[in-house]
Amino acid sequence: MKPDKRGYFGGFGGKYVPETLMAALKELEGEYTRARKDKRFKKRLDYYLKEYAGRPTPLYFAENLTKVLGGAKIYLKREDLCHTGAHKINNTLGQALLAVNMGKKRIIAETGAGQHGVATATVAALFGLECDVYMGEEDIERQSLNVLRMKLLGTRVIPVSSGSKTLKDATNEAIRDWVTNVCTTYYIIGSVVGPHPYPMMVRDFQAVIGKETKAQIKVLGERVPNYLVACVGGGSNSIGLFHPYFDSKAKFIGVEAAGLSIKSGKHAATLVKGKAGVLHGSKSYLLQDKDGQIKIAHSISAGLDYPGVGPEHSYYKSVGRAKYVAITDKEALAGFKLLSEKEGIIPALESAHAIAYLKKLAPKTSKREVIVACLSGRGDKDIDIVKEML
Amino acid sequence: MNRIDKRFKELKRQKRKAFIAYICAGDPDLATTRQLVLGLEKAGVDIVELGVPFSDPLADGPTIQQASQRALKNNVNLPKIFSMIKGLRQETQIPLVLMTYYNPVYHYGVKRFVKDAKAAGADGVIVPDLVPEEAGELTAACTRHGFDPIFLAAPTSTTERIKLISRASKGFIYYVSLTGVTGARKKLPAHITDHIRKIKRITKKPVCIGFGISTPAQVRQLSSFCDGVIVGSAIVNKAKACLPNKSAIPARVEAFVKGLIRGGLR
Repeated sequence: MKPDKRGYFGGFGGKYVPETLMAALKELEGEYTRARKDKRFKKRLDYYLKEYAGRPTPLYFAENLTKVLGGAKIYLKREDLCHTGAHKINNTLGQALLAVNMGKKRIIAETGAGQHGVATATVAALFGLECDVYMGEEDIERQSLNVLRMKLLGTRVIPVSSGSKTLKDATNEAIRDWVTNVCTTYYIIGSVVGPHPYPMMVRDFQAVIGKETKAQIKVLGERVPNYLVACVGGGSNSIGLFHPYFDSKAKFIGVEAAGLSIKSGKHAATLVKGKAGVLHGSKSYLLQDKDGQIKIAHSISAGLDYPGVGPEHSYYKSVGRAKYVAITDKEALAGFKLLSEKEGIIPALESAHAIAYLKKLAPKTSKREVIVACLSGRGDKDIDIVKEML
Repeated sequence: MNRIDKRFKELKRQKRKAFIAYICAGDPDLATTRQLVLGLEKAGVDIVELGVPFSDPLADGPTIQQASQRALKNNVNLPKIFSMIKGLRQETQIPLVLMTYYNPVYHYGVKRFVKDAKAAGADGVIVPDLVPEEAGELTAACTRHGFDPIFLAAPTSTTERIKLISRASKGFIYYVSLTGVTGARKKLPAHITDHIRKIKRITKKPVCIGFGISTPAQVRQLSSFCDGVIVGSAIVNKAKACLPNKSAIPARVEAFVKGLIRGGLR
């Protein structure tokens, strides 16, 4: 579906930004609308997705995992095999091409796990753009491999010490930078969040995940999958997988981070436990206190450690199109181990949440059914965290 | 006629410009905020902007971010601020404008917010992350209760947007002097005059300039071609410099603001 003219998916979305940014959003909307219809833009993006990012990514039948869990056939959409190690490159390639078309010489981004930061730094190097990435101090510490990668790619990583010291405050700082340098700078948002047109645009760029899945599953002799499972932080890999299946019978399951536990309050389960509110440019579900102050999220996975979520997910929840569940840090680690040991694939901790949920879902399904899970990223970046926990 | 319109009418008669002072409610506590408002009035301030702290103030620089954090540590919230305003109204009729972000208002309930703010004695509200297009519910409630929604115009606003902002704004229009966040600046952009002239051609409503203003020279220069100036971070910095001696804040800030007004305001 398309959001309405004002950028709303049902009651969620919109443009809640300082006036200073309104002209830039309008410019971006115009540019994106043009690009969307422009065959040359599509050709260029397809070229980079194929030749540079390595698409299409495989849809892999996880036979061992299927056997162990004893239910539906499990297929993994291998976004971890994309260049840079996660699905984030699908979006940064698209947005960087827009930035180049718009004549912007500088790009900025926020990052949590560093996957979007690395994907942004990568396209900055590729297209010769100046690049600054905002990253919370806590994330810089726990995702040091990605910090080093960004630096090697010629990007400046700006540490953020305010508030949560994680993705939420990195996003605040990126928006402040954008408000200041709006005339010269393009802000590459990394998820389906932010003001319109970002949630729609990032979704469209990530929809390549679901479109490929649709084509690949046919070749494999399967029908429409019964379940689509993906982790949800801001929600870009999940929307990317879900969106092309919107009108199908496939059940969507978004897996959020339950952190220490839902009960402890230290979690990032925005859709499971949050309430509607406004943060970072759009109306969506949020973790907030009784006064509307934003709560600090918690997750072992830096990419899911965010108290907001994309507005389209809030819409899916409100109309019952998707089900949202939560997986604890501990369960995610068990999922991490399971996939590593049974399939020889080390997943990112974010993606490990989706894998962990398969342990709950698959045994309850029949062998005739099909589950597709999005393996959004690979786990090299997480070995330091996992080393301490296992 | 509400307090803001009345004040601008008086100022026009006296051929004076408005001095608008921002402070963050509850920084460092609400008792000090109350004394500060009274001190600001004594210093000659025309309108006080009372910041309602928010956890993620993305239009604010470090000064106001930190002030908000100090206030939130004391669990300052809308009900407590309303009750402080009620108390203040026993002592002063200075126009009071709330400044906050949309989430605390949305979470409180937009209609309930306007009703309670008005009943407490506030006169208007500024929400920097709310543009007129998204403010339908707020402006409708404001109209019903005679409360002023004050919108911001920016250097990047097109003529079309300035028309929209001018129509939606009551009380005055808040012109943001620069592309950026709040915070004292040594230098302000050169093109402010042209922008103000452009806005003045579109609307008869008062236009006040804020963001970055911190010295008497800036106050003097800007107030020569607009209807008022707004000073925030420079005042918050002065208050912070007194800490931990809270009781010294009102007098110290009063003296500082008096200097800005006497030394600069037209």
